[in-house]
Amino acid sequence: MNRTERVALSEPVADEIRKTTCYMCACRCGINVHIKDGRIRYIEGNRDHPVNKGVLCAKGSAGIMQHYAPARLRAPLKRVGPRGSGKFEEISWEEALEIATGWLDGVRQDDPKKLAFFTGRDQSQSLTGFWAQQYGTPNYAAHGGFCSVNMAAAGIMTIGGAFWEFGAPDWDRTKLFVLFGVAEDHDSNPIKMGIAKLKQNGARFVSVNPVRTGYSAVADNWIGIRPGTDGLLILAIVHELLKARRIDVDYLVRYSNATWLVIDAPGTAEHGLFARDGEGKPLVFESVTEQVVAAGSKGARATLSGRVQLADGRFAVPSFQLLAEKYLDPKYAPEAVAAETGVAADTIRGLAAEIARVAFDEAITIEQPWTDVHGQHHQGFVGRPVSFHAMRGLSAHSNGFQTARALHMLQVLIGAVDCPGGFRFEPPYPKPVSAHPTPHGRAEHFGSNKPLSGPHLGFPRGPEDLLVDAEGRPARIDKAFSWDAPFSVHGLMHMVIANAHAGDPYPVDVLFLYMANMAWNSSMNTAGVIRMLEDKDPESGEYKIPKIIYSDAYASEMVAYADLVLPDTTYLERHDCISLLDRPISEPDAVQDAIRWPVIEPDRNVRGFQSVLIDLGARLRLPGFADNHGKPLYKDYADYIVRHERRPGIGPLAGFRGLKGDRAGRGATNPEQLQRYIENGSFFSTHIPLEAQFFKHANQAYQDFGVRMGFFDTPQPVTFQLYQESLQKFRLSAEGVREPLAPETHRQRILETFDPLPDWYRPLGEAMVDGHTFPYHAITQRPAAMYHSWGSMNAWLRQIHTSNALYVPGSICERLDLADGDWVWLISHHSRIKVPVARMEAVNSSTVWTWNAIGKREGAWGLDRNVPEAQKSFLMNHLIHELLPPRQDGLRWSNSDPITGQAAWYDLRVRIEKADKGVVSEPHFPGIAEPDGERPSPMELRYGQEWEQ
Amino acid sequence: MHPASSIIVFTVLSGLGYGLAAFLGLGLLDPSAFATKVAYISALVLIAGGLLSSTLHLGNPRRAWRAFSQWRSSWLSREGVLSVLVFVPLAMSAWLCAMEGRYSAPIGIAGSLLSLATVFCTSMIYASLKSVQAWHTRLTSACYLLFSLAGGALLGSAFGVAGSGSASPLSFFALVLLISAWTVKIAWLRHLDSLKPLSTPESATGLGAVGRVRLFERPHVTENYLTSEMGFRVARKHAAKLRKFALLLGGLLPGALVFLVLAALLAGAEAGGAAILALMAASLSHIIGMLAERWLFFAEARHAVMNYYGG
Amino acid sequence: MTSLPALPTPKKLGLVIDLDVCVGCHACVVNCKEWNTGGYGAALSDQHPYGADVSGAWLNRVHSFEVVPEGGEIVGEAGEARIVHFPKSCLHCEDAPCVTVCPTGASYKRTEDGIVLVDEEKCIGCGLCAWSCPYGAREMDLAAGVMKKCTLCIDRIYNETLEELDRQPACVRTCPANARHFGDLGDPSSVVSMMVAARGGIDLMPEQGTRPVNKYLPPRPRKPLAASAGQMPKGEDTSGATGFFAWLDGMLDRI
Repeated sequence: MNRTERVALSEPVADEIRKTTCYMCACRCGINVHIKDGRIRYIEGNRDHPVNKGVLCAKGSAGIMQHYAPARLRAPLKRVGPRGSGKFEEISWEEALEIATGWLDGVRQDDPKKLAFFTGRDQSQSLTGFWAQQYGTPNYAAHGGFCSVNMAAAGIMTIGGAFWEFGAPDWDRTKLFVLFGVAEDHDSNPIKMGIAKLKQNGARFVSVNPVRTGYSAVADNWIGIRPGTDGLLILAIVHELLKARRIDVDYLVRYSNATWLVIDAPGTAEHGLFARDGEGKPLVFESVTEQVVAAGSKGARATLSGRVQLADGRFAVPSFQLLAEKYLDPKYAPEAVAAETGVAADTIRGLAAEIARVAFDEAITIEQPWTDVHGQHHQGFVGRPVSFHAMRGLSAHSNGFQTARALHMLQVLIGAVDCPGGFRFEPPYPKPVSAHPTPHGRAEHFGSNKPLSGPHLGFPRGPEDLLVDAEGRPARIDKAFSWDAPFSVHGLMHMVIANAHAGDPYPVDVLFLYMANMAWNSSMNTAGVIRMLEDKDPESGEYKIPKIIYSDAYASEMVAYADLVLPDTTYLERHDCISLLDRPISEPDAVQDAIRWPVIEPDRNVRGFQSVLIDLGARLRLPGFADNHGKPLYKDYADYIVRHERRPGIGPLAGFRGLKGDRAGRGATNPEQLQRYIENGSFFSTHIPLEAQFFKHANQAYQDFGVRMGFFDTPQPVTFQLYQESLQKFRLSAEGVREPLAPETHRQRILETFDPLPDWYRPLGEAMVDGHTFPYHAITQRPAAMYHSWGSMNAWLRQIHTSNALYVPGSICERLDLADGDWVWLISHHSRIKVPVARMEAVNSSTVWTWNAIGKREGAWGLDRNVPEAQKSFLMNHLIHELLPPRQDGLRWSNSDPITGQAAWYDLRVRIEKADKGVVSEPHFPGIAEPDGERPSPMELRYGQEWEQ
Repeated sequence: MHPASSIIVFTVLSGLGYGLAAFLGLGLLDPSAFATKVAYISALVLIAGGLLSSTLHLGNPRRAWRAFSQWRSSWLSREGVLSVLVFVPLAMSAWLCAMEGRYSAPIGIAGSLLSLATVFCTSMIYASLKSVQAWHTRLTSACYLLFSLAGGALLGSAFGVAGSGSASPLSFFALVLLISAWTVKIAWLRHLDSLKPLSTPESATGLGAVGRVRLFERPHVTENYLTSEMGFRVARKHAAKLRKFALLLGGLLPGALVFLVLAALLAGAEAGGAAILALMAASLSHIIGMLAERWLFFAEARHAVMNYYGG
Repeated sequence: MTSLPALPTPKKLGLVIDLDVCVGCHACVVNCKEWNTGGYGAALSDQHPYGADVSGAWLNRVHSFEVVPEGGEIVGEAGEARIVHFPKSCLHCEDAPCVTVCPTGASYKRTEDGIVLVDEEKCIGCGLCAWSCPYGAREMDLAAGVMKKCTLCIDRIYNETLEELDRQPACVRTCPANARHFGDLGDPSSVVSMMVAARGGIDLMPEQGTRPVNKYLPPRPRKPLAASAGQMPKGEDTSGATGFFAWLDGMLDRI
């Protein structure tokens, strides 16, 4: 018998392939969804897609189970039981929208700030932000504040862009790649593909990370650093590079503010600020004519050191002199930082040596003539093939902003920003801070029944741009852009519930959340947050946060705390737009955006949140959503994506614009636009001309290209801000010499942390607790198979990570006589949790860690009540308070970066005590009811059995 | 290895049945005696019961007939083929005894040989597996054969005494075989205890050159087919206790009982109910001991795959 | 036939897995499940998918090991431990014990390309093949009662309805880190064979005598960073940084 006859080798896979964009995490890979008999047969990566080029991760491949998960919500819900009980009744969409409109309309008339609208895992911030602005509440942000705002803010303020959505290593050319901290979180497939390229090209890959898992596991060198000390390590490298004179002086002079003169007039309102001419242009000292001239003057040869007298008689020095003096200080020598960082001096010196060697001895040149924005011609692009990447690992510390600044400074010092082999910007970045708006939300920016006068989020240029009242009190519910966190450019979502509950700075009436699991793993102090959501005003008997509207596709823990639930679709049932106005997916060589479209029709009474928001906007008669007669402007989100224009010719999508669909960037709206995207694999990509591909911050061809594409209306070159003037303005306010003055309570803290040059200070959470009582660091990361995925209840993914253990270094295990499976109390200054442990050697010896967000609340996510996720698994969140321990004056700071308000998840300090054997981790919460009735929990899944050959 | 009750019951019961059948085939019992007829039926019932039990282990028992096809390479197939073939002489012998009260040597001896061959095939299913080092020894087959014969002789001697009313040579064989079987089994256990693992986490991953290898995380947190089938681990203390229990009930107690009966009968005691009862008790004790022995046979065996699962 | 092919198969199709690159993301694991649950043979079922004892049949799994040097190769910065992610599926052995133990002939090795397959129509679910495999490459599907194993995506690699580029196993096509490679290991000039030769590819458990076709590329040797420390000048007095600024002026003159 011929065996092969038994095997059907050439069966067509499916009836049809529909190409859309993945949403199982934040990468936004292109996917081919194979449809067979109206069901999903298979999801694979789209080979033509620029983000993932055909590959797909575990999450993307588990999309089928996400789509068909029993945890999906089925209809709009109105709460009937007490909050947290999970008891709801199904209502019609009409009723749900009427309720929401009633609540929101009242607030908009009375006091629009009493709506707090925050979106979690949002990929449509250009819509949600626009909606909030038209509504007129000052209280809007997405989840960046508890995610990676330090990275974004520091990057944009220093070099005009940051990692991930703003830029990427030049994977093809880099010869040394240094990865700081956990980075499996963002850009996961591109980084994996990049690491593969490094390995193929024989490049060296160094990982600096307390835990050696994931990418760190394959690094050529692993530096198991003590959490929160990366900034110090970077500054020690800078020290070594300066000392060895291995810096790119030419690059610094051309592209950074190293030559800009800093006024040296202590005690005055301008001390430490840049000396400027009458037009506000910064000044430099020209060495040939020995004159002070405006930066960028043609032919000027600016100095990098030396004290200069200005025309007004004051003295000034180039900012680079301050920089060099600061970092040449022996306190940054490798030997001096070895104990604090836990990294041997020779390792630091070796890393510095490798960075220098590769940057300068292995420099590469791409022969491609180009012209810089000063009109100077260059024969080629000189590349320093050293690249860096970092994300939450650096971000989620209270010194993360300064650390990220330090990293960008290091890149600039060796001339490795946007050069061949270095870190490269992705359009529409870089953009200087001056091209970003300032924040809006002060009392004069909003009022009854009118839009906010400008965008909520932006970059303050100094204390004058803060959103505070005359007494310095915060204007926003999350206290963003206040003296607490002046550069909180993504808001502070993690403080919203606590502040609203406390009525500080004021109570809110409606809390409107989208895809943010604030009653569980997205909040610090989860138990406390749950109490706040359940807490009632003893007099009125009303909840302290009276009305909560929540939109989610799944029965997450947060659903149980909503009063009104707007059920969202799965990612395969919806329209979406990954827009250049929002969070771009461009590559260094190409401008890109993408869409999602319903490749499967919903089989439940659910609607895409964005369409619902647009509907609500029209019902509320918001400008931009309804015309003068109250007629809706848009049918749904798809219609909005095509027809909305932010500026003339600029809409959510850059591709296939114009009546013929042949315009990119700017162009008239095209009714066929979505169809053209779908035909093109649901994305659009246009290449940057070769002469415009590098040094974009100062490349005339790129700047012209950017104007053509509509990134900006005039060229916006970036001068790298090593010395950060806006931080110095805050210090002057804190010194009491410059208006507006900082409140007394904040002065010391600002002076200690707002150094205009990248600095390192011990993380606040660590500095405020006793190191002997809490000797260890406790950190978390999500596993690669679940990172950023909305719902680890996925039937396939949950088999990989059904429960989590606390990983404890071998040395600690021996001291405490701990073996795998033993239980411990993990204790912080705030709380304690009882958890199972597992031993690990490949981890920093003072650090324990676990996989995050495996733990679920009993009854949530459509899982059985006795699942390990709800019994044995645990969250570290319980140990982390949203506030730091009280100071002597009784005040408590938010547990955030003092500059950006970034949630300092990784500052946690703990001690461990051996506990009795356990079965259920502690704390354990009472189960919640399933929101829309008991879900079928199949005993067995045989997905695809109908297609057995 | 997971001690699946279906397989334990199968190997113990069918082993006993085949052992009894092997002795019956030698014609040592009076074919006209009623007890001998019962013995024949018992052998067939034990064998058939064991075989039925074994099919419980199958994912698709309805296709079990397919298992006869691969006798050229597969010990399991050979066992299957022989287990059916052996029914021909056994059924014939049983028929002759039960219906005609007679014994045919050619048929009987064919039955004996096929019975032992079947047990040998069963043993080789395990002994041929290199992946389970504890089993991968000739001693495994010796144990299976000797235990089968010992059990057969023990049970047979009860029927012999009942049928003849006098001492049976099978009692003597039972004593000798019990001693031999346990001697070999103890050698098997020593072999097990002294095993240097053929495969290690280092050889399983090829990472031995880098250092000592230890499982950090399983590929899936909960049990899977492999870990529940092959990841069974028995605590050393527990195993030691069970070993003693198996030896006591499977060897010492039945041995002592047989010896006492034999000595009493040879000394001229009457081969009455007490002797039969004692031999029946010895057989029952042996079966219980064998169940424990067989449980341990699986439970103490480590599968090479556990190098990947930290077991 | 349950016997192995008498002659070496003309092709030895298999995988080469690069342990130096695998980051343990489980992409291959899930994409394999996804492809095969709707493909060759019965679905890969999951038991108690939303319950406490969730389990399922998978054809490819990623284990994670911790390797602690003990007088072995020095890794990391100070010989620290490392994690190695370790994907494992059927190795399509040349002397596949799973084939010869099969009582029904369901388990077989294809003569043309060496792929080891299970003919599910014939499988009685006795599980002996899984016992015989030292690698744990076979898992019983508890719903169908038949043995499941990696088919090397035989319904992809010969599938003429797929683009030529896509005719490779799902795990290889989806691997973001390019840690998995598919090819003919019987052809010394194939890309995979050359990779094995260049990187010293190894067999798993060679002592089991199974002669696996799949090979693993071990982690590359590492050079510690501290070895480069000597390249940096030490000991210069940096007080006041005057020497530095003098150098800087010199540099500026040259620009």
